[in-house]
Amino acid sequence: FFFRFAAVYVSQKISKSRWRPVSHSSLQQADIFATGSWDNEDNKISFWSIGSHGSSGVEDGFEGDPQLLCEHKHDGDVLDLQFLDQDRIVTASSTGAVTIFRHHQNSQTISVSQQWARAHRYPSDNAPCTGVVCSSPEIVTVGEDGRIIVFRADQEGVIRVIDNADSSTIHAVTYLRTTEILTVNSIGQLKLWDLRQQSNSPSQILSLSGDRVPLHCVDRHPNQQHIVATGGQDGMLCVWDVRQGSTPFSLMEAHSAEMWEVHFHPTNPDHLFTCSEDGSLLHWETSSQSDIPSFLQGGRNSSMTSRSAMAPAGGNQSLINAWLSGDSSKGRLETTHMLPSQTLSVNSLDVLGQCLVCGTDGEAIFVNRQVPV
Amino acid sequence: MEEVDVEPAVTNIPAASSGTHLGFAWGPGDILVYETLYKASGTGSGDIHEVRKDEDIYSPILRKLFNESHHIFVGLQTIREDLPSKNKKPQFVSISKNYRSVIRACMEELQQVSILLAIELIWNLCEVLFIDAAPAGSLLLHLLDWVRLHKADVDEKAREVLQSESPAEHRDYWDVPGGTQTLTEFDVKWRHWHEEVDRCLQDNSFASNKHLELICKILVGDEDTLLEHKDLLSTWYHFLVTRLLFCHPTVKPTELHYYAQSCLTMFLDSRSVPEPLDSILLAAFEFDIHQVIKDCSIALNNWWFVAHLTDLLDHCKLLQSHNLHFGSNLREFLLLEYASGLFTHHSLWQLAVDYFDHCPEFGRVYLELQIERVPLDTERKALKVLRICEQRQMSEQVRSICKIMAMRALRNNRLGSALSWSIRAKDAAFATLISERFLQDYCARGTFSDLDLIDNLGPAMLLSDRLTFLGKYREFHKLYGEKRFREASKLLLSLMTAKIAPRSFWMTLLTDALPLLEQKEVSHHIVRYAVYGQVLSL
Repeated sequence: FFFRFAAVYVSQKISKSRWRPVSHSSLQQADIFATGSWDNEDNKISFWSIGSHGSSGVEDGFEGDPQLLCEHKHDGDVLDLQFLDQDRIVTASSTGAVTIFRHHQNSQTISVSQQWARAHRYPSDNAPCTGVVCSSPEIVTVGEDGRIIVFRADQEGVIRVIDNADSSTIHAVTYLRTTEILTVNSIGQLKLWDLRQQSNSPSQILSLSGDRVPLHCVDRHPNQQHIVATGGQDGMLCVWDVRQGSTPFSLMEAHSAEMWEVHFHPTNPDHLFTCSEDGSLLHWETSSQSDIPSFLQGGRNSSMTSRSAMAPAGGNQSLINAWLSGDSSKGRLETTHMLPSQTLSVNSLDVLGQCLVCGTDGEAIFVNRQVPV
Repeated sequence: MEEVDVEPAVTNIPAASSGTHLGFAWGPGDILVYETLYKASGTGSGDIHEVRKDEDIYSPILRKLFNESHHIFVGLQTIREDLPSKNKKPQFVSISKNYRSVIRACMEELQQVSILLAIELIWNLCEVLFIDAAPAGSLLLHLLDWVRLHKADVDEKAREVLQSESPAEHRDYWDVPGGTQTLTEFDVKWRHWHEEVDRCLQDNSFASNKHLELICKILVGDEDTLLEHKDLLSTWYHFLVTRLLFCHPTVKPTELHYYAQSCLTMFLDSRSVPEPLDSILLAAFEFDIHQVIKDCSIALNNWWFVAHLTDLLDHCKLLQSHNLHFGSNLREFLLLEYASGLFTHHSLWQLAVDYFDHCPEFGRVYLELQIERVPLDTERKALKVLRICEQRQMSEQVRSICKIMAMRALRNNRLGSALSWSIRAKDAAFATLISERFLQDYCARGTFSDLDLIDNLGPAMLLSDRLTFLGKYREFHKLYGEKRFREASKLLLSLMTAKIAPRSFWMTLLTDALPLLEQKEVSHHIVRYAVYGQVLSL
């Protein structure tokens, strides 16, 4: 399967790559993606197209090498990048700035739509902004300064700041619910924040019972909002049930170095993807032993126990998620290396439909248009 | 190695006022220049200028070359040594072609004819002669391909001359040697044909048709005729291959250099001195690999070409192990030079690591020295550098990097981050420092800061005594706050007796003990130690 990657060398180390969202109503395929670079004297954000029009009947994935549409200078490393809507992206910069860029599709140009320079900062220095997540028009960012900041696109100033939300670096942020966010930090904690509360404390703190291994990425299951996956410095994939206790439900060995990103497939969440400093990109597929989809199997299937099995509170057993009992030795979890050979660190990945894009420190972008999901 | 004497290039520093006395200091890939007060006329600027050669490594297109070739290089190093050499040769040829296709891809992107053209020409010839090691017969075919590929101007006329209309009886000539017949068979046939054509020319069979006569003269490789049409053969090596094609198609590799030298001489009558490229190609035809590498090293301003080609030739076991003066062999020397150059680049330094890894003598030392110079602007970058060091058990560098990051975090009051870096380096001393900061904060303000950290230390608590004390002391406060006085006093007692409390904190502990004395569940021991402690502190 890994022959179906199209690779392009782009003369910049790619820190982030994200598909432009497609509306679910139309049967549109993933077409355009954005990338950000890092470690350059002049960093850039770029928009690319894989030209999926007229690709019917194309069997091999080689057609549609990514084509550069347009690019724009970016001050500082692009430490995170998210699409705000069809035309705008938000970036988190190592200078501490949060910037909205607008992609003008007609003229294939990019302009800066709005910027909050030095949003994240120390008293006498810049503090890198490490993560951004958005739910238009709301934008939430986190940084090395341990701050959580809430913005609104098209509104100057900030909506809310939680100073000293964390005494260590917050590496990533994601939405749990529309009013709740999750952050992960460099002392191995997963924190829930209820943005409706005025308090500056998290509503919940979860962490591994062992060593405080720094966590770098977090993603929530698209359908079951209590299931969350994290990855960190030791390359382990942890899946948590945030309703249950304070330790992860399952731990799986994944990579031999930092895991930089973890993503549930947005429409086929039995599939999960991780990428790492060790140069590998893994495709995880959980499968049930029966024909019934895993999420419909109830507690009747008694073989679905995990290492730290706990009966879910509340008695609603019909939604035991296969991920929570994930244990590769039991053979119900399949992992595949997606990239053909070892590369330098795979810093970022994104998956939409059957298309996967990833960027590496080897200054290459890989696109796969026939991911088996 | 002879020194090449050239006039040094003069670079003007526009911002520096004329007539000022400049001082300078070497950097890893640049020079820092400043105006001194010596011979000052008026005020000099307080600026420092960074002067950097416009190196190829800063070209975006060549960056693709460096990245793609890095990938090929790493793949080459992992070819198993124990395979028999006949299995390996096709692999090496394939790798050589991969390198060349990367060069060609860059050539297509660069608009103007560049040094890459010369590089590809040389590499291709080296592949034919050294790596593929084509024997007599197929050698000429390879050389024909080589020349055709590199004909910069697609000259229709020249092609016509080469593929001239052969008279019907000469159709046999175009049989591929080594196809269905042996070299000797071909040679015999060819000589027979050659004699026939020669005879035709001698007895003026084609005198009526000047054009046909000319073609025949070319076909027999008549030197004068060929030289008359020099303008169609743009280069001497094109002339060489043409001449070989018509005079000695079964040329052996060992005979090449005779023809090469004479062709070069014949072709260059207007110029007295051959260009560097000519010397390099000549050295290749002479199978003097070391001379090729040496000349390329001098002629090209970037180590990329010689480093990768030499490495490949070394894998083909074609380099005699020459011990150079400074201990390492030629391959390693060139790779070290190349990788050191990469390390000066703000972004390409990551590629250099793999090159150092495959230099067994000095690679590690070079890496140790260079990796400490990588600027650590963000935690993300520091983590990557750390990972490189940890994977190679470079423990000193690990400690040093973690200390730098921890100090920076401490300065910015990010105690959790500072602790995280100490844990990574297993730096007990620094963990102690951080704990002291917490305890000082507590003494100053009466409350703990960063409770999310202290309450969740986990096993990290054991990294240093002071850290353990901090964690336990906080636990004491929690217990007291939850009115679990019995457990609180037990904990306080153990803190006092375990001797992990810093001296400066004893008074604080005793003060904490006082309210406990009023609680009914408190044991007698507390009272005794409280008194004992009071006595000591007097």
